[in-house]
This record gives sequence, C-alpha cells and structure tokens, in this order.
Amino acid sequence: MTVMSEVTPARYSWGGDEFIFVELAEEMSLQANFRAMAITKKLSDARPDGVLEICPANASYQVRFDPDVLEPAELLALLQDLEQQVGDAHELALPTRVLEIPVLYRDPWTTETLMRFRDRHQDPNATDIEYAARINGYASVDDFIGAHSGSPWFTSMVGFVAGLPFLFQMVPRERQIIVPKYLRPRTDTPKQTVGYGGCFACIYSVRGAGGYQMLGITPAPIYDPTQTLPDFTEFMVLFRPADIVKFAPIDRERYDELLAEVEAGRFHVKARPVEFHLQSFLDDPDGYNARLLEVLK
Amino acid sequence: MIEVVKPGLSTTVQDGGRTGYYHLGIPPSGALDQYSLRAANLLVGNPAGAAALEAVYMGPELAFTADAVVAVAGASMVPKVNGEERPQWESFAVSAGDVLGFAYLTAGARAYIAVSGGIDVPEVLGSRSTYALGALGGYFGRPLAAGDRLPVGSAPGAVPGRSVPADLRPNLAKDVEVRVVMGLYDHRLSEAGRAAFLDTTWDLTPVADRIGFRYAGPELETVPREPPFGAGQDPSNIVDAPYPIGSIQVPGSVEPIILHRDAVSGGGYMMIATVLSGDLDVVAQSAPKTRTRFVEVDLDGALAARSDYRKRTRRLAEALGG
Repeated sequence: MTVMSEVTPARYSWGGDEFIFVELAEEMSLQANFRAMAITKKLSDARPDGVLEICPANASYQVRFDPDVLEPAELLALLQDLEQQVGDAHELALPTRVLEIPVLYRDPWTTETLMRFRDRHQDPNATDIEYAARINGYASVDDFIGAHSGSPWFTSMVGFVAGLPFLFQMVPRERQIIVPKYLRPRTDTPKQTVGYGGCFACIYSVRGAGGYQMLGITPAPIYDPTQTLPDFTEFMVLFRPADIVKFAPIDRERYDELLAEVEAGRFHVKARPVEFHLQSFLDDPDGYNARLLEVLK
Repeated sequence: MIEVVKPGLSTTVQDGGRTGYYHLGIPPSGALDQYSLRAANLLVGNPAGAAALEAVYMGPELAFTADAVVAVAGASMVPKVNGEERPQWESFAVSAGDVLGFAYLTAGARAYIAVSGGIDVPEVLGSRSTYALGALGGYFGRPLAAGDRLPVGSAPGAVPGRSVPADLRPNLAKDVEVRVVMGLYDHRLSEAGRAAFLDTTWDLTPVADRIGFRYAGPELETVPREPPFGAGQDPSNIVDAPYPIGSIQVPGSVEPIILHRDAVSGGGYMMIATVLSGDLDVVAQSAPKTRTRFVEVDLDGALAARSDYRKRTRRLAEALGG
C-alpha cells in the first residue's frame, strides 16, 4: 500500500473583492488535486447564492463571488468547513469518464514549428521529444512514447485558454516524466499539439503562443466554439476537470483517416463513464489503471 | 444595420461579460471599462450591460443604414457625424446614410460606442462579448473588419441630448493609482521585493491588451527556496494555479502583468496581488507610458471601495433616468 503524504492545512487568500484563492498544497500531487476536486464538487452541489465561478486547479482552487450577496467571512467559513468534511478525500469516488486520445507522435507540423524555435530551446540540436526522452533516462524515443501512452492521465485542471486540459500522469512519482518548459515561450503552436511542461501534459486547444515541449499532435478536436462537430453539440469544450485520458499512438496513415472522419463530421472521441476511487488507485496504481482502461476495449 | 467602413485599430463587440465558464478556461470578457460601457448604454436608453463597441486607441468609421441614437463614453476621442463634431458623454442622433467617425485619441485608451437597441449579435454562453483568443462570441469571434455588417436591436424611446453630469465622468489621467489587495503568492516576495512593488511608480509598456497589462520597473526580490514538485526552477514559478481576474503576476520576478477580462485562466507564475474590481476600469483607460502606483488596501478597504463604486453607478443611473 502506498503511504499517504500528510494532508497539510489549506492556505486561504483574498483575490481583491471578488475572489478567494485556496492552495491545498505547495507541491503537485494527485492527492492534492483530488481534494481540490472533492471540495469544489461539494461547493457546486451546495451552490450558495453569490457564488459566481468555481475553478478547481492542480493543487488549488478559486471561487469568484459577489460580496454584496455573500459575506466574505461566511464564504471563508463555508470553504473551511468543506475542507474539514473532505479531509484527505481518499474514500471519495468521483464519477468521471475515460477518453481515448489518438496521438501522432513526431508529426511533421509540430516538428516544423519546433525547428523554427530552436534558439529558445535547452537543446538546439535535438527535437523536443528527443530531449524529453533523453533527460528522463529513456533509451529511445520509442521507449519514451511507450511510457507516455502506457498509463492514463488525470485532468487536473482545464484552462489557460478555452478548453485546454492540464494532465497529470497516474503513476508513482518516481516514474513521472518531468520536462522543463522552453527557455523562452514560442509565439506559435499548432492547434491540438500534445505538449509537456514540468509534470503536466497538455493539449493545446487553439493555435498560439506556448512554452511546453511539443511531442505530437492529435486529430481529435477538443474545442469547437461553433459547436458543429458531433462531440460538441452539448458544449463547446470537450474536457472537464477529472476526466481520465489514455493517449493512443497512431501512425500517419491512421492520422489521415481520422482527420478525414473529422472533416466529414463523423469523428467521435471514444469516451466511457467510470467511477474513480483514489484509495484503490493509490493501493495498486498499475493494477487499478489496467482495470480502468478495460472500459475502452 | 451598421456597416463597418474602417475598423479602427481593434474594435470589438463587448457587453457586461460572461459568467460561469472560467473553470473551462473561458474568461468573463466584456467591456474592460465597465463604468463607461454602462454610461454609454444608459445615455441611449439601453440596459446598462447591453452590447456596444469597444474601440482601442483609434476609433472606427461606421455607416448607419437606419436612424439611431448614439453615445460615446470612455477615452477622449471626439465623435464626428459626416465630419461634424459631436459631444462625448452625451447622446446624439444619427440618420440613415450618416457616417460616424472619430478624431484622434487625446486621453484614456478605450472608447465605448453605444447604439440605441444595442449591437444584436447572437448571445454565446449568455453574453455577446467577443473572446478573440477563443474565437468566441461577438462578431464571428473576432475584432471588426471593413465590410462587416452589425445588426442593431430595436430601441423605442431613445432620446438625443442626454448627458452625463461632469462629476460622474471619470478623470483620465497619465498618472494613476490602482488599489490592490496583497496576497495569493506574495509570501514569495522578500520584504524588499514587496516594498519595491508598492513604492515604485511603474510605467505601462506597449504590451497592454484585453488579456493583460505589463508594467516596466525594477526586478522584485524573492525569498530563496527549494522548488516544490511540479513548480518550475525559477523562484517566480508555482504549480499551475487559477488566476483571479485583476491578479498581478510577475513572471521571472520582472515586469508585473495585470490580468484583465480576457485573461488566461491559470498558469505557473506567482501572483502577488489583485486589483479591486472597480479599479480595473482605471487600468482599462491606461495607455502605454501611463505612470501607475499600486496602493495596498485590506479586504475591508476593498469592500468599502466597492460600495463607493456601487453608489457612483447608482447616481449615474439616476442622472440618466435609468
């Protein structure tokens, strides 16, 4: 059984007259993220008048409120009470989904982009994925891809720009991939780039600036403000906090097939409902992950 | 219908803003200077948060295909109908076939052009505001371009000649004070770093848009530390966290950035303070080189300032028969 890190008391801070920011832990962990999910879920369920926005994040969360409707002191007391109720959150089961995201690693578009920004990179003579593989001690890029796509990822935060998921690797810390961000951010990143920075994977939802290392690209749209594609009839953003992601490596031929499906309006991300139970995961990460991914078969 | 002859530098459709989607990275958007939006709308008989045009630094040129009542508030940029000057902070009539243009900006940064009936683009997630980074809302999710045709709602009872009393117009200065509540990650600053932040007169750089306003000044000293797992190596890095609207982040401990209403919703830089919601209007009217002091208030001070702001908007509504 995995030993728990001790739960430290949350740190509360006012963000002007409309925000309260709550840091659950200084360092990133699935436990801290799960507490953020659990507290914000309870707050969403209660939804007191005057609460305007509830934003769970990696190891923290924030609430935007209207202090003319909800007294700041009252909100603070409520959040502190929820913190106590949730405790270490290990016993909570979170209803969520497993999503399969196809990835063309080492694709031509991110490769072309990264070559334009070599002057901003730690290792100008390697590609981003070669650099990521080397500094994490993998013998080859293929081994690195095997590790990246071999275990699931937890959507620990959605944001930065519309619909961008931050993904945290569901493996014990000693096996986690860590890659620094670019020395200076790029001014360009292709849409749907699969990126990596610090301990987080991400998928860029729109083309634009970015500082994460670029590992590949997915043909799966993750943001559609026009809501014309089939996965977006209910909402324009694919990802929700707590979604679980499995990356599936594909080759160029498969990429082109899937892209043609997207363009024909036939493509669906494979998504299955699951209930995620943190304690069961912590007790046996590899076994639990294997069972979790069964639902995709 | 309004036809865009020239779009100006960057003109977008904005209203009171969008609530409830920030947890998915979709920020509030809406007019950066909410007070001036409110004034322009009330002048033409619209609800205070109706959709209007926000023009930055340089006004657009607009051709009207129907009669309307128009008001321009915010930055000083004299409106002209077929080349003839009209007052600001006062409603005036335009007729079908008239062209509305603007003189050069003389103070402030953002003008709000309200038209009786409001700009009638479709609501997206409960708002007509443009969020250009996400290609969402407004006019096809982007700033206006020449040839665009803006639909206008119907507006019974709009009257020209309404005016905002002088004491209810903002003072558009080149030296401003912006009140902040310290906090979030301000413990990452040393005593000297904190003092430098509050004692410096900061200069707004040209990096000043709907996402953020970046200020030039001294480097802020931080407290040394061992980086926590998941935060980057730089002392200004944190495990990526949510960003309050108005929060001030300091990447690399230099050039603080105030995040405004199209903010990125989270990221890995320390934030050290948050601008009061009402003072975001002051930031919105800051043009590059505006000299800015950050003045610390506590939560009670912030709530008192909020109450003053509310009183002022109520007086504005009363003065304009809203």
